[in-house]
Amino acid sequence: MLISSRYLSRWLFFFLVWLLCKPLNAALDIEIFGGGATQIPIAIAPFAAESRLPQSITSVVTADLQRSGLFRIVDSAGLAPHNPAGVVYADWANRGASALVIGETNLLPDGQIEIRFYLMDVAKRVQLTSLVTSVSAAQLRAAAHRIADIVFEALTGNIGVFSSRIAYVMKQGENYALQVADADGFNAQSVIEYSEPIISPVWSPDGSKIAYVSFANKKPVVYVQTVATGERRVVANFKGSNSAPAWSPDGKKLAVVLTTQGNSQIFLINADGGGLQRLTRSAGIDTEPSFSPDGRSIIFTSDRGGSPQIYRMAITETASGAAERLTFEGNYNVSPDFSRDGKSFTFIHRHNNQFNVAIQDIATRQMQILTKSQFDESPSFAPNDMMILYATEIGGRGILSAVSRDGQTRQQLTMQIGDIREPVWGPLPGLK
Amino acid sequence: MKKICSVFMICLLSACASQKTQPTAEVVERSIGTDGGAAAEGSGLATGGPTFHSLQDPDSILSQRSVYYDYDSYTVKNEYRELVLAHARYLRSNPDASVLLQGNTDERGSREYNLALGQRRADSVKNMMTLAGARDAQIESVSLGEEKPRAMGHDESSWAENRRTDILYHGE
Repeated sequence: MLISSRYLSRWLFFFLVWLLCKPLNAALDIEIFGGGATQIPIAIAPFAAESRLPQSITSVVTADLQRSGLFRIVDSAGLAPHNPAGVVYADWANRGASALVIGETNLLPDGQIEIRFYLMDVAKRVQLTSLVTSVSAAQLRAAAHRIADIVFEALTGNIGVFSSRIAYVMKQGENYALQVADADGFNAQSVIEYSEPIISPVWSPDGSKIAYVSFANKKPVVYVQTVATGERRVVANFKGSNSAPAWSPDGKKLAVVLTTQGNSQIFLINADGGGLQRLTRSAGIDTEPSFSPDGRSIIFTSDRGGSPQIYRMAITETASGAAERLTFEGNYNVSPDFSRDGKSFTFIHRHNNQFNVAIQDIATRQMQILTKSQFDESPSFAPNDMMILYATEIGGRGILSAVSRDGQTRQQLTMQIGDIREPVWGPLPGLK
Repeated sequence: MKKICSVFMICLLSACASQKTQPTAEVVERSIGTDGGAAAEGSGLATGGPTFHSLQDPDSILSQRSVYYDYDSYTVKNEYRELVLAHARYLRSNPDASVLLQGNTDERGSREYNLALGQRRADSVKNMMTLAGARDAQIESVSLGEEKPRAMGHDESSWAENRRTDILYHGE
C-alpha cells in the first residue's frame, strides 16, 4: 500500500511536470520531408522583446517558411539586430544568408502589441519591404502568418498561403466533427459535430461557407453552412443519395451528385437549393465534380469506360456537352481537383494496390505521381497551386499531409487524438 | 462525467451483445429508423404485417441477407443468385413486404466513388429482384459507401466482409 501510494505520487509529480513543460499546442506534430533543389537561405533574427509575448512571432514565421520547402533557415545565434540601422550585412553574408528577417515588438498602453518587421536583402544591402501593425495577443499567430506571406511573396514571386485556412473531418470514437484550422493546423475549431459520418467538405470561393455531406438523416444529404455564424441549410435532399458538392467559381451554384433519377449523376443546383439542372447523362457512375476556374467546364470521375477515370465536360446551356476522357494510365483514377490556374488537376491514382496523389497537365497530358504512401485520399490544391493537401494514414489512423506540386517537399501534420480525413484547402483570406 | 459513464455503459452493453449478429441490427436501426422495429432477432411477428417465419428460419435461404462482391465489382456473383431470387420470390408472394438494400464498400479509395459504388451494388440486387417479379415499390436501394464498415480491420478479410449488400426487411 505504501509502495503504491509512493508510485502514485511520483507518477503525479511527473504528470504535473509534463503538463507544465507541454507547449500550448502540443496536439500537433508537423514533420517536413525533402526540400526543393534550390532553397533560399534566410536568417530570421528573434524580434526584440518577443520572449515576453504569449506567442513567439519568429517561430511561426520560421515554421511557415520551412514548411514550404523553398527556404533553408540560416542560424542567427549571437546576432540580433532589431532595425535596419543595426544590421551588419557582412556578418549575415558570412553565414550564407541571402535574406534577413528582423523586427521588434512593443506593448502599447491599450494592451495591443505593435509589431515592426523588416525584410533585408543581404547581398544588395537594402531593405526589401517592411510592415508596422498593431494586434491583440490573440492575433499574434495571424500577424506572424502575414509576415511569412510578405516574405514569401517578396522572395519567390508567388502568393503566400500561410494566412489561409483548411477544413477537414475529425472522427473520434463515433463522433464526427467538421473542423476548420489555420493552414499550419493550429487554431482548430469545430464547425459542426454529428454522431453520423460527414464527408466531402468544400469551401465556397469567398471562404465564408462550407458545403458538406452529412449522413445524419439516415442517408447522404448536402448541407451548406456559414462558418462565422454556424447557420446551416439543406441544399440537396432528394430521393436517394445526395453527395459530392463542388462550388461554381462565382459561388452561386453547386455541382452535386444525385441518384434521384437512377444511377449517380452530376447535377447543377443553386446555392439556395433551387433550379435543379442535370449535367451528365451516362449509364454508369458520374461523381466528384470539380469546376474549371472559368466555370465553363467540370472534371469528374466516371466509370463509363469500364473503370473509374477522369473526364472533362463543357457546361453548356443545353447541359449535355460531350465528355472527354483525360486519364489513361491504370484502371483507377479518382477524386480530381482543378488547379486554380486551370492548367492542371490533382487526383488519386491506384497502382500496385497503392493509392497515391498524382498531378496531370491539361495541355500536355503528362501525369506525375507525387507520393509513395499506401492510402492517400482527397487531394486539393493550395490557393497558390504550389502545394497539394491530402489525407493519408499511418498505423491505421488518418492524418493530414501536403506535398509540393513537383513532389520534392512533403509535410505531415499529425494530431495526437482522432482520425483525420477529407481535408480541403480554403481560399486566400479577403479574396472575394 | 455522466457522458463518460454512459459511453462506458454502452460499451459494456454492446460487448455483452456482440456474440450475435449485432452489427447488422445496428445498421437497420440507423438506416430505417423504424420505431424499435430493428430490435428484431427472433422477436417476431409484427401485427398486421407479413409473417416472418421463413425469413428467420435458419434452415431457409431467406435467413441469409448478405450478398458479397469482388474488389471494384458490383456484379452479383452466381453463388448469390439463388439467395437474391429467393428474396424476390418472397416479395412477389408477400406484396405487403418491403426491403431496404444497403450497399457497402471496403475502405480503400475515394469515399465519394465508394458511395456511388455502394449504390451500384444495392441497385444490382434491386434489378435482379425486380426482373424476378418483385415490384419496384417494394424495394429501396441506398448506399452507405465505406462509412459504416461491419468489419473494422484493415486487411483483406475485413475488406471482403465489407464489400456487401445487406437485405433488410421493413418491420422485421
